[in-house]
Amino acid sequence: MAPEQLLVAVTLSAYPAGALAALGVRGAAGRGLVAGCAFLGAVAGLLLGAVCLGAGLAPTVTAPFLPLTGVALRIDGLSAFFLILIGVVGAAVALYGFGYSAAYQGRYSLRRLGALLNVLLLSLTVQVMADNALTFLMTWETMSLAAYLLVLTEHDRPGTVRAATWYLAVTHAGFAALVAMFFLLSAGELTTSFAAMRSVSLAPLVRDAAFVLALVGFGAKAGVVPVHVWLPMAHPVAPSHVSALMSGVVIKMGVYGLLRVTIDLLGGGPPWWGGLVLGVGTVSALLGVLYALMEHDLKRLLAFHSVENIGIIFIGIGAGLMFQSYGLTTLATLGIVGGLYHTINHACFKGLLFLGAGSVLHATGTRNMEELGGLIRRMPRTAFFFLVGACAISALPPLNGFASEWLVFQALLGGSAIPQPEVAVIMPIAVAMLALTSGLAAACFVKAFGITFLAIPRSPEAAHAHEAPPSMQVGMVSLVLMCVGLGLAPFAVVPLLGSSLAGLGGLAPTAVTFTLALPLRVPGTFGQMSAPLLALGLALLLALVPLALWLLGANRRLRVGDTWGCGRIGQTARMEYTATAFAEPLRRIFAELYRPSQDLSIDFHPASKYFVQSIEYRSEIHPWFERVLYARLLQGLRSAATGVRRLQGGSVHLYLVYMTLALLVLLTAARWGR
Amino acid sequence: MGYVLEGAQAALALLLAPGLVGLVRWMKARLQNRRGAPVWQPYRELGKLFRKEVVVSSTASWLFRAAPFVVFASAVAVTFLVPILAVPLPFDGVGDLLVVVYLLLLGTFFLSLAGLDPGSPFGGMGASREMTVAALAEPTIALAIFALALGAGSTNLGQIVARTMADPGAALSPGHLLAFGALFIVTLAETGRLPIDNPATHLELTMIHEAMVLEYSGRYLALIEWAAAVKLLIFFSLLGNLFVPWGVSVAFTPAAVAVAVASLLAKLVVLAGAVALLETRIAKLRLFRVPELLSASFVLALLAVTSSFLLR
Repeated sequence: MAPEQLLVAVTLSAYPAGALAALGVRGAAGRGLVAGCAFLGAVAGLLLGAVCLGAGLAPTVTAPFLPLTGVALRIDGLSAFFLILIGVVGAAVALYGFGYSAAYQGRYSLRRLGALLNVLLLSLTVQVMADNALTFLMTWETMSLAAYLLVLTEHDRPGTVRAATWYLAVTHAGFAALVAMFFLLSAGELTTSFAAMRSVSLAPLVRDAAFVLALVGFGAKAGVVPVHVWLPMAHPVAPSHVSALMSGVVIKMGVYGLLRVTIDLLGGGPPWWGGLVLGVGTVSALLGVLYALMEHDLKRLLAFHSVENIGIIFIGIGAGLMFQSYGLTTLATLGIVGGLYHTINHACFKGLLFLGAGSVLHATGTRNMEELGGLIRRMPRTAFFFLVGACAISALPPLNGFASEWLVFQALLGGSAIPQPEVAVIMPIAVAMLALTSGLAAACFVKAFGITFLAIPRSPEAAHAHEAPPSMQVGMVSLVLMCVGLGLAPFAVVPLLGSSLAGLGGLAPTAVTFTLALPLRVPGTFGQMSAPLLALGLALLLALVPLALWLLGANRRLRVGDTWGCGRIGQTARMEYTATAFAEPLRRIFAELYRPSQDLSIDFHPASKYFVQSIEYRSEIHPWFERVLYARLLQGLRSAATGVRRLQGGSVHLYLVYMTLALLVLLTAARWGR
Repeated sequence: MGYVLEGAQAALALLLAPGLVGLVRWMKARLQNRRGAPVWQPYRELGKLFRKEVVVSSTASWLFRAAPFVVFASAVAVTFLVPILAVPLPFDGVGDLLVVVYLLLLGTFFLSLAGLDPGSPFGGMGASREMTVAALAEPTIALAIFALALGAGSTNLGQIVARTMADPGAALSPGHLLAFGALFIVTLAETGRLPIDNPATHLELTMIHEAMVLEYSGRYLALIEWAAAVKLLIFFSLLGNLFVPWGVSVAFTPAAVAVAVASLLAKLVVLAGAVALLETRIAKLRLFRVPELLSASFVLALLAVTSSFLLR
């Protein structure tokens, strides 16, 4: 048996075994088996992806145990890349979940949690290997339903059911778009293989319709604006390792699907396709980070950052699509490689951040940043891991977020090669928005890390927090290593990503080359950067500065004193800066977008208005465009439903008339259509 | 030879930086009819701070003690990437303008975290304001980079300088001039000068940078102050050498290097004079007026890019 066949067998059997173990075995042993099987499956999937990508293989694997179902599996470069992504995050989540789910013992169903986690991982793995529309849609629906049920795990908490319902509604609207799209692409034959679909040439209008449907369907899963509303609701209420998996991997299936359909099956399109993706990406990136800034729920903040980062990924892909339509294949590869690089980077640092937030939740029982603080002393390791994630997501060199954002920047700078100046001018605007986004992201993570982990604890829970158990720490460490590794090795990652795209939609195989001296050398693009040398330089300087201070005889004495408080004696947590205060300047500056509503009520003493008894201040943010868009949509749906209800008279005779009429219409239509 | 020059350039930047701060202060004093402290006063201050013991808040964590080193190291790292004396230097390919900007953001990020760490409201306020200004300055910097990169065909600093020297007319193109205006405003914001921040104040309501580093003392404060001075020098030499590159050494001969040092000093004096003059003529803006100034610089940068596109 060839190694890749063996790995396919292992990864496709480990997950079902884990699901069965969850249902059959109780207690710590059950948790261990669930985590072990999921870990095994993830690592096998990771190796499978690495083997296929490394060898440039494209083995066609048909599923032998499902002969009559029309399931077809095949692995190409793009699948291999996403297998690696699923494996990396899946393995970390499996390890982390062993420790994290212990707290669920006796409160929620561990059997369901364990089984569904394995089902979700299995559906993700099969998803990226799917080679026909039927397999794709079936695994897509399995994935959505498993994720829905996982979101429902803590079903008795307020907001959970509502969040899960929103997720289900949006994901099914997207699913409907995808079904319609695949019907268009395959002319109704869902078992047509992707290879056959590629060779069919469609009318331009059909292609455009298929593209728009794909963007809606995959965009809803990826969580781009304006179909992102489910994301900040569903991510926070799910168990934290599930949040990490959903944010790190599940929403990336939207990216995978978009690439698979627009680049691979449709082979690219007119410039406005790329322009639309770019525009959606820019708006998502900016609005995502702006809403994240106003959030004081740690996991909701991270969820909004997923909207932002998906936006950055879409910027890369959109730029790539535009270049492709102008025949600039080298730049197109660069843009899409940038997008893919950011995809795996985001999976690693966002997974890490959600796991870190999970540890905080595990230790304190709260997600509200205003009630945290000072955790860096109580949980130093978690704090350090979270700091690495925060630096990576803020695109600080030399971590991985910087490497991919740099590539996306370079791709956008290459936009000057577009022959039409009026189109090319879009690119600098995207550059500016991307820069604003990353600046605001840095501000947001100073807030997230600073308020949560630094200074004095603001509540007794935070004061008595405890460090996460070892299995959770191991899960986080593996992602920390990935963040550092991916940041230091763009010279290895970029060619691999280039080869994973080779042959898709007429993209240049891999024109992007890195030498070990590491300047990026792409004809037609701009800059050079060497992440390893940069990291080496920073590390050397960090070591040399204290050494120089010591050699120069700087005073080394250190005295511990109180924080200066303008002469006040004793410092309490009430004097600290809060998350609300931290974000206040930006809230004022972007007030047009936030539309904050403020309500101040002062209660005076009846005898004199100079004695204030109590002051109540309330301020809320209402994202106006969500309110306008979704409120109107829901209102329209409701009135339509009221109208439809009139048809339902409760009389069987009436229903028989409807049925007869419908049958007659259909028969006539069939006759007429022939 | 290139490596020697690279090291010499970094060392020169470190040595000159406090003097530059002193020069701006001295010129400002003269313009205000004061005698002012001598130009070398900042060296004395640094020396004194290095000899003093450090007081650290009991609520601060390891991050508070690590941050000064990160800030200083990132500023020094940038001095290796920016063409201060000569092009092309061997480390030119290690990082481009984007790397420079994000390395400086790394310092700002850690300094802001350190501001929050002791739990003092001043530190938090400074950190919040510093990150706000830094975030709003980002798009302008990115667009200015875009405008320069379009002209030179590269974001790498050495290339930009070399291209402008090869084609002197480019320095007077509208794209170049507008980008200069945009970057000048950003320089004021990033280095904490008037009208955005007042480096000479200790009044809680107005300060940004000073509020953030309020808890620092001794050698930590010295490192932070020194890094801030280096940052000022970096931005000045970017303004001087990217837009008016003449004098930058291309041949590594002693004579060329001597000319480079002389022209660098001349440019720094001119820019320091401009900043000093500006700071005596205008008042500090309210915090919520700062975004208006920064959006003006953003518009300048956008015009710079558009004109580079149209005149290409």
